[in-house]
Amino acid sequence: MDFNFNQEQQQFADALRRWVDKDYRFETRQAIIHSATGTSDAAWATLAELGMTALPLPAGAGGFDGTAVDMLLVMQELGRGLVVEPYLATVLGARFLTLAGGHDGVLEQVAGGSLKLACALGEQQSRHDLHDIATTATASGDGFVLDGVKTVVLHGAQAGALIVSARSGGRQDGTDGISLFLVPADAPGVTVRDYRTIDGQRAATVTLVQVVLGHEALIGQAGQGWPVLDAALDYGATLLCAEAVGAMDAIFAATLEYLKTRQQFGAPIGKFQALQHRMADMFIHLEQARSMAMLAAAKADSNDVAERRRTVSAAKARVGLAATFVGQQAVQLHGGMGVTDELPAAHHFKRLSMIALTLGDVEHHIERFIAQPGFLPTETA
Amino acid sequence: MDLHYTAGETAFRDTVRAFLDSHLPADLQRKVRQHLRLTKDDYVRWHKIVAQQGWAAPAWPVEYGGTGWTAVQRHIWEDECARAATPPILPFGVNMVAPVIMAFANAEQKAYYLPRILNCDDWWCQGYSEPGAGSDLASLKTTAERDGDHYIVNGQKTWTTLGQHADMIFCLVRTDSTVRKQEGISFLLIDMKTPGITVRPIIMLDEEHEVNEVFFDNVRVPVSNLVGQENKGWTYAKYLLGHERTGIAAVGRSQRELTFLKQLAMRQNKRGAPLLHDPAFAAKVAHLEIELMALEMTVLRVISEEGKGPGPQASMLKVRGSELQQQLTELMVEAIGPQALPFDPDFLDGSAPHSSAGDDLAAPLAAYYFNYRKTSIYGGSNEIQKNIITQMILGL
Ligand SMILES: Cc1cc2nc3c(=O)[nH]c(=O)nc-3n(C[C@H](O)[C@H](O)[C@H](O)COP(=O)(O)OP(=O)(O)OC[C@H]3O[C@@H](n4cnc5c(N)ncnc54)[C@H](O)[C@@H]3O)c2cc1C
Repeated sequence: MDFNFNQEQQQFADALRRWVDKDYRFETRQAIIHSATGTSDAAWATLAELGMTALPLPAGAGGFDGTAVDMLLVMQELGRGLVVEPYLATVLGARFLTLAGGHDGVLEQVAGGSLKLACALGEQQSRHDLHDIATTATASGDGFVLDGVKTVVLHGAQAGALIVSARSGGRQDGTDGISLFLVPADAPGVTVRDYRTIDGQRAATVTLVQVVLGHEALIGQAGQGWPVLDAALDYGATLLCAEAVGAMDAIFAATLEYLKTRQQFGAPIGKFQALQHRMADMFIHLEQARSMAMLAAAKADSNDVAERRRTVSAAKARVGLAATFVGQQAVQLHGGMGVTDELPAAHHFKRLSMIALTLGDVEHHIERFIAQPGFLPTETA
Repeated sequence: MDLHYTAGETAFRDTVRAFLDSHLPADLQRKVRQHLRLTKDDYVRWHKIVAQQGWAAPAWPVEYGGTGWTAVQRHIWEDECARAATPPILPFGVNMVAPVIMAFANAEQKAYYLPRILNCDDWWCQGYSEPGAGSDLASLKTTAERDGDHYIVNGQKTWTTLGQHADMIFCLVRTDSTVRKQEGISFLLIDMKTPGITVRPIIMLDEEHEVNEVFFDNVRVPVSNLVGQENKGWTYAKYLLGHERTGIAAVGRSQRELTFLKQLAMRQNKRGAPLLHDPAFAAKVAHLEIELMALEMTVLRVISEEGKGPGPQASMLKVRGSELQQQLTELMVEAIGPQALPFDPDFLDGSAPHSSAGDDLAAPLAAYYFNYRKTSIYGGSNEIQKNIITQMILGL
């Protein structure tokens, strides 16, 4: 058993950290989120140069075959730096294509940094159950026609192409009959309405009206999309866990620093035991979450599907609890400063709170954990 | 990063399992599994079986009878023992006084005591706490005054776990009351048969006789029983407290108890279905299971850093470990509901083969719950552990 990262992994992370510290400081990030697009082309170009877009992609498409463990460190740095570029959306989109096979040309573009992706999966009624899909894919000629509305598509307006889940058969909330498509953002019939999210990112409502696609748009097999969707979502949840750990590291360090410097009643407030014990509780939450993010990363690529689901759900639930607790406490301990827009920690708090709600909240993952084999005992007492 | 056990470690686990399969007496296993009380003989019997195998003190250096196992192997051993439901090897000799003896005692003391500890020839207990010195241990008052080649010990210790069986007690005593309170403390080994010692039971919430008060009235202790230097005892005490940092989380035992809890909840009915199918109850169990997974990973992370010396991370493991142990007992009681009310001490201590109230599995659980409130108090309360985290790790 080995909890260390290898030199290469460390180098990727260090390069990213240096860039964040130098060129993606808090003020820069604030300017980016208030800009017209909410993202920065220069930042994206640097991410590509640093190899980040190639890291998780297959070697056959110009990538580095990076594992989820490799991505753990990368996402931690992005979380620490509150980076708002469409990285998660893009690598998650690429994950669908990698899992299903095909679309090598698209993956090459992603690896090289010239194409961003987004995942249009959720709908108004689906909450966290992303197999609940009303968007339809009707067979037509050798292709399909898509109709439906996708909500809260992260970085939907910044992407050149969208991964879209649609129903070509089965019940609306069933796992059978799901098809996945790669849809060019400028395909006729696609409307993307861009907006800001509370945590400084971008998202969009994507409306599909009679979008005509050829057979080559299909990702994997028609009607057989669920295993790919499920695996990709686990991958995404794992990356979010890592991002949250990075954000918690940052917010924790900032809070600790504040407790050591802020003076009240003639002493640093960190001398008060009521606050010390909250810091100790935050520390324990953070370390438990870090352990689970590591475990999820170790299992996210696993072929043992039940084990992958069980572990990722455990991690997402545990990290979600920690994200909420650590974030809320950090704000409280900062007093009035904690609720201002000036304080980076407050923005980490917003990001952490939204991560907890993205790709399954605590309740959702607890339910899923319970539903996995192994939860109910095999023997009786 | 690679979170798999190596082939060697897996083979080691098999070896340990084979040993436990063939050597763990079924009656002891049953008692531990079913949360019944253990007698002195139960503890000693198991310790001697393990000692025979040479595994009674895995963490000791090989020269003193240790195993030379890696930290991961020691973890596997503890884990397998917990799963198999062995009685514990009591920590007072092997994990508490022995490391102090190894580090600070003279050659004669080492040669005499260590083999006896290894083989469980003496039953040791820990004489630290006093009525006025709990969390604030350094304010202890029991005195040891020099009289020729003896110390005359006067005072009172309390909360002495299983002291009623003890042959020896290791004590912190005050040898100088004129200096700062941490500086006048010495570390003494005292034979419990010495005249002037009285042991009085303290009965716990579950009516178990687990702890005691120990009174010292002009007890003459040979100076040769002093460990290390006079007035340096606080250093040794802290050394001891910082030792053995991972077993404290008791993850293996909690995993066994989790399985027990689930089995129990499958046998209980709520509105015609097994209780574990109830979403609200299942969610509580799931939260606990996930927390335990996280704790296991955290323990392994701490172990993998071993060699960097015992650290304050033990405090984190103690807080979480004890909280989870308590939550498990709480959920067990919740699972059995009104069946928790019957109290059957005769069944608990093994004098009756079955519980008079009917369900043998349920009968001990309320007592277990009440007993386990101790885990967040002893060994340094959880509040004190948080103080350690904030001071030693966070620098507040
Ligand atoms: C079952 C059991 C077995 C034990 N076995 C032994 C043994 O074998 N040998 C031995 O020497 N001792 C033993 N102990 C004693 C144990 O170590 C003490 O009980 C423990 O250190 C707490 O001390 P106290 O009971 O005096 O509580 P106190 O120190 O009086 O504490 C009372 C409460 O105040 C809190 N508190 C105290 N100080 C602070 C602070 N600075 N900040 C925040 N909160 C604080 C505590 O956390 C606790 O909640 C045992 C105790 C129990 C319950």
